[in-house]
Order: sequence, then C-alpha cells, then structure tokens
Amino acid sequence: MGAQLRVYKRRIRSVTATKKITKAMEMIAASRIVKAQRQVAASTPYATELTRAVTAVATGSNTKHPLTTEAETATRAAVLLITSDRGLAGGYSSNAIKAAERLTERLRGEGKEVDTYIVGRKGLAYFSFRERKVADSWTGFTDSPSYADAKAVAAPLIEAVSKETAEGGVDELHIVFTEFVSMMTQNPVDDRMLPLSLDKAVEETGAKGEILPLFDFEPSAEDVLDALLPRYVESRIYNALLQSAASEHAARRRAMKSATDNAGELIKNLSRLANAARQAEITQEISEIVGGSAALADATAGSDK
Amino acid sequence: MAAELHVELVAADRSVWSGEATLVVARTTSGDIGVMPGHQPLLGVLESGPVTIRTSEGGTVVAAVHGGFLSFADNKLSLLAEIAELADEIDVQRAERALERAKSEANAAAERRAEVRLRAVTGS
Repeated sequence: MGAQLRVYKRRIRSVTATKKITKAMEMIAASRIVKAQRQVAASTPYATELTRAVTAVATGSNTKHPLTTEAETATRAAVLLITSDRGLAGGYSSNAIKAAERLTERLRGEGKEVDTYIVGRKGLAYFSFRERKVADSWTGFTDSPSYADAKAVAAPLIEAVSKETAEGGVDELHIVFTEFVSMMTQNPVDDRMLPLSLDKAVEETGAKGEILPLFDFEPSAEDVLDALLPRYVESRIYNALLQSAASEHAARRRAMKSATDNAGELIKNLSRLANAARQAEITQEISEIVGGSAALADATAGSDK
Repeated sequence: MAAELHVELVAADRSVWSGEATLVVARTTSGDIGVMPGHQPLLGVLESGPVTIRTSEGGTVVAAVHGGFLSFADNKLSLLAEIAELADEIDVQRAERALERAKSEANAAAERRAEVRLRAVTGS
C-alpha cells in the first residue's frame, strides 16, 4: 500500500470515530430536550399562580415594599448570567455572555455599578480568564436544575436586594438567560426581575383585563408580600434555569448534528481521494510492468540479431 | 349540588393534586384556617404543616406542605408550596430516619419537616 493511500485510510478511520461520538451526543441531547421541556411545563402552574398572587397583593394593597418600588436614583444593579457547564453546544454560552455584556454596558451607561452573578462553568471561565470580578457563582447543575438549586442561587440575590445600597446592596436585579422558543430557535434574553414591573407581570400571566378581587390578607399585606416576593424571585430563577437547560440541550443537539453531517461529508471526500490514490497506484504499477517487459523484449530482440 | 370549591395544590416543580372539595384546612403563620366554598378572597402565608382537603366525594386528602401560601378567589383555592407531598407518597421509614438524624444534629428546620410528614401520614 502506498504512503498516500495509508494516510487517507488513517484519516477516514479517525473521522469515522469522531462521527460516532458526535452522533451519540446528538441523540443524547435530543432525548434530554424532551425531558427538559416537560420540566418547564411542570413548573408553569406554580409560576402562573405565584405571579397572579403577587400582582393581586401589589395592586390590591397600598403597601410599599422595597421590592416593588423603584428607587429614584438606582446606583447599583445585579446581573445574573446563566450559561452552561459544558461546551460543545455551538454558540449557546457565548451568546448568553454577549447579551450579558451588552446589558452591563447599558447599565454602566446609565451610571450604575454592576455586580455579576454567574451560573455555569463556561461563564465563570470567561470572567476569570479576563480577571473580572464575580460577586458569586454556581456550577454543576445546569443540565438538570432542581428547585433547591434555584433557591441556592436566589438566596444571595434576595439578600443583596434587601440590603441598603450604601452597605453594598443593589437596587435592581437583572437576569440573562436563553429563552427556549422552539427546537430550532433559542434567544438570549435579558429581563429585569426587580423592582417588579406590574404591567409585565400581568402580561405574563395573560390575565389582562381580569379584575382581581379585593383580598383579605392573612396575617397582613406586608407580611404576605414579604413572604411572596422571595418565592417569586426563586420561581423566576427556577424557570430561567429550566429554560436555559432546555436551550442548552437544543443548541448542543444542533451543533452535534452539523458536526455529524460535516464528518459524513469529510468521509465521503476522503474516500474519493483514497480511491483515486489507489487507482493511480495500480495504473502506475501496470505501466511500470508494461514498460519493463517492453524494455526486456527490446533487449532480447536486439541480442538475437 | 352541595357547594364546593376547586382546589389546586401545586408544588414548585409539579402539580400535586387538583379537584373539588367542600373544606380545606391549612396552617398559616397566624394559626389554622379553614376555607369553605364562598369564603371571601384570601391570601395567606403557610407554615410547614399538614393540609387537609375534604373532597366532595366524602374522602379526605392529606398532604405535607413546606413553605408556601394559599390564595382563594372566585371559589378557586390555590395552595402553592415549595415542597408538597400527599400522605400516600410519603415514605414513613425515610421520614423517621430523617427525624432521628435531624434530632441528633439539632437541625430544627429538618426536624419540623420530618415531623410534619409523619403527622400527615398518621393523620393526627
């Protein structure tokens, strides 16, 4: 076997092995999207009821609460960025990071200091490589987040919001995550979680035009709101984590599908080249044999005469 | 038709129970509260505790609920909890083990959770 042919054969073998791996990853991601989507759907009733209740308290009572009133001059903001723990998901993490960078830029432009909180190893790596300050970070659960994870993420954020700005608290809370639109489309979005904007909350529940009854609060409106808002933040973060997980799997599936397709294409081209090399080798051998025997025949014919 | 109200018991990650009921008893931060059909609109903060639902078929559903709240409007009661388990879903042995462990570690919150679970099962 010629050297050229051996090189082609070896490359075909290695690409075939890679193709098997990407194909397996594609199928795993595809099965996980369905699971992640089901989780998003299962968490929806809680989120809807919660938003309804929050809206009811905030509109139905005259209570002023730090989490629902906008500070006149907001000077500090927290940004929670949700990325993935693992790579090989196309532009999933970098798109989310870019969205967070744009948001940070905008907030800085408005004269606010920005504290960054990060979920996922990829986002953390991006920030630590650039030696940028990260207020807090969490890793290890991005592909199947549980409610306890969301609670863990929410706790320091809620604490930061309830603190006075002068003592290191924040006035605003933003979240950047990847919204799962469909199997083919996932958009990085940024959203202001707190202070709560009621119009938006109403829009989300689809309860527009619905007149909320006058509630009786047990024990009191302030206490209810105090208990409700942290739950609301947790539930929003939980929802964002779940959607991000579904988006991550969808992005990975797409990236792995195109990797598998490319590997297939590469194998096709390489086998063509290998065939051509093999054929060239054979042709060369034949012409060598023919040439050699002709030379021999000429030589013997010459000596006979 | 006897008066009844619609109940949705929802945990953070799933819907636990839904159906018609004639009486729901839950524990709020200021004490036990019973909700019957036609109650005035109500929003309350729940404590860790058992929730008893008397269904319109005459049966009783008991669930252990940890942290959450209830809202009642238009004859519809929503019980939202971070964690909610129906009595027949609770693993008694596991809860007992958790109780022992919590007691030995003097973890008051965990002890309370385990106690609520056990009480939901035994119905006392």
